[in-house]
Amino acid sequence: MSTTLHPFERNTANAFQPPPSALLIRRHISNALLIMLSTFFALFAVGVLFYLILYILRQGIPYLNLDFFTKPPAPNGEPGGGMGPAVQGTLILVGLAALLGVPLGLFTAIYLAEFGRGRLANAVRFIVDLLNGVPTIIFGLFAWVLIVVPQQTFSSLSGGVALGIIMIPIVARTSEDVLRLVPRELREASLALGATETRTILRVVLPAARGGIITGIVLAMARVAGETAPLLMTAFGSTFWNTDITQPMDALPLRIFNFTLSPYQVQINQAYAGSFVLILLILLASFAVRWFTGGFKRKF
Amino acid sequence: MQQHVSVSRGGAGQRGLVRLTARFGKRPIDLLFRGITLLFVLIVLAVILGVALVLVVNAWPTITRFGRSFLTNQAFDPVHNIFGVGPAIFGTLVTSAFALLFAVPIGVGASIFVVDFCPRPLRIPLAFFTDLLAAVPSVIYGLFGFLVLAPWLQHTGEPWLQQHLGFLPLFQGPIQGVGILAAGMILTVMVLPLIIAVSREVMLTVPTDQREAMLALGATRWEAIRYAVLPFSRVGILGGVILALGRALGETMAVTMVIGNQATKPSASLFQTGYTLSSVIANQFGEATPGLFFSAVIEAGLIVFVITFITNALARWLISSLERKGTRGVRV
Repeated sequence: MSTTLHPFERNTANAFQPPPSALLIRRHISNALLIMLSTFFALFAVGVLFYLILYILRQGIPYLNLDFFTKPPAPNGEPGGGMGPAVQGTLILVGLAALLGVPLGLFTAIYLAEFGRGRLANAVRFIVDLLNGVPTIIFGLFAWVLIVVPQQTFSSLSGGVALGIIMIPIVARTSEDVLRLVPRELREASLALGATETRTILRVVLPAARGGIITGIVLAMARVAGETAPLLMTAFGSTFWNTDITQPMDALPLRIFNFTLSPYQVQINQAYAGSFVLILLILLASFAVRWFTGGFKRKF
Repeated sequence: MQQHVSVSRGGAGQRGLVRLTARFGKRPIDLLFRGITLLFVLIVLAVILGVALVLVVNAWPTITRFGRSFLTNQAFDPVHNIFGVGPAIFGTLVTSAFALLFAVPIGVGASIFVVDFCPRPLRIPLAFFTDLLAAVPSVIYGLFGFLVLAPWLQHTGEPWLQQHLGFLPLFQGPIQGVGILAAGMILTVMVLPLIIAVSREVMLTVPTDQREAMLALGATRWEAIRYAVLPFSRVGILGGVILALGRALGETMAVTMVIGNQATKPSASLFQTGYTLSSVIANQFGEATPGLFFSAVIEAGLIVFVITFITNALARWLISSLERKGTRGVRV
């Protein structure tokens, strides 16, 4: 027992080495088996997910061209066309969402990181986390009831509202984390120079945390850019160029959804290409966030 | 945070003045700024309350009309004005249970590998990859499920299951590709990254000393995990599993695309098509005429909202109980 040798390699040089007991052998066998099992599970999980992503990327690349970004969808079954209006629509929708989600999320983060203490702050943090877990279709339903039904038309405005609410918890929590990373000494130095609390936050803490906050916002935007469910009943989709936010508007995930269920191979191929664009967006945003928050360097 | 900064410069006469100007949070501008941030926080809280309120108010007609029978009624029947989400609740529970049944052992096993056995240079890329997958839009999982998984199940997977395990009621009935099985499999893949991420973070909070002490006593590596790491992280992993359950219960797009969206009479077969609560909303809102139909769609949403709210609250509470114990914070 007191040796570091593996139980199966008997130390023949040492005559006093006791032979491994049955228990020891059993323990080492179960050890090996369970390590293998956990390795297998890891390989399986990563393998499945890797296959899925690579498959979609491979299917999508050949159909990604200039037309994809500049042309509206061709009539059903006809070749050519693209997802131009959907790309434009997603940009507009995400912009609208950011108008609502960024200020609300950022100020909530400032409150939580700088002022929040006690019961209210804990409750806010808890509820913001819960907001993050609510299925996004619920916010679509909310915007549908509140905006689409009274207006009697689907609109990108309602879509933007739904996406904006979804952005709040993501922006709030990432920004709070980044604000907490700002060294306390910076705040103390600023206050010691006679700056007001407000000035300290606006001119010292926020600039110090700028990079991280911006990447958090980018991540939140990338996340809502891929949201489909809340847009079904708000932005609804359209195959025309449209910049009027009171009218139905196309979005990349909506177009992917419609084209996936399409019977035409041309449209299915474009759905793959659209998925490629969305995955790329998420990938870039995730890289940016890791880069700015130093996630790559984190020690395990 | 600022209030802990003590200001003690100057003589006795000056102290009051210094206090007046330097007591942070007392100047009008600071009070105003605090007020503004608090206002935004209150708006956020109001939005959440508003969502709940809008759902309850608009679901009220069906709540009062059907009461508890809404949960068991078999279909949305605008002709006879009878509405219910019985099959949807069945579909939601079965697909989520299926997903957890497979995703939990695989996910926890994989995270043990990532934390303990994985070659060091692989750890961070692996962590990054799984985190990334948790962020892939669900419509893309749906696309894969509909265009790749469902056809494969129809032509290869389900016939094979029926041929070899057809004596089980699970694998009987017509083969359609789309259905409960396809939805469960896609959900498994979707919640895997989440379970891996949470378990990994939780297991990393276990102090290294604890593991090393176990190994120093002569334990094998597995025994160190089994007796020093897992008991410590059990609560957190459970929190992660419940978080994944919440995700699976509420998932809309991917499930809607592969579950078939036809209510069949609930049977034990995994091959049957079905509904989940979220897919009912996605499918029915377009036809919802004002009145009971409209209200029924909203009530389906309200049920999803309440269920996921409860599961998430439970999960967060379990995970944060670890944080209270000390060590390192777990951020999910």
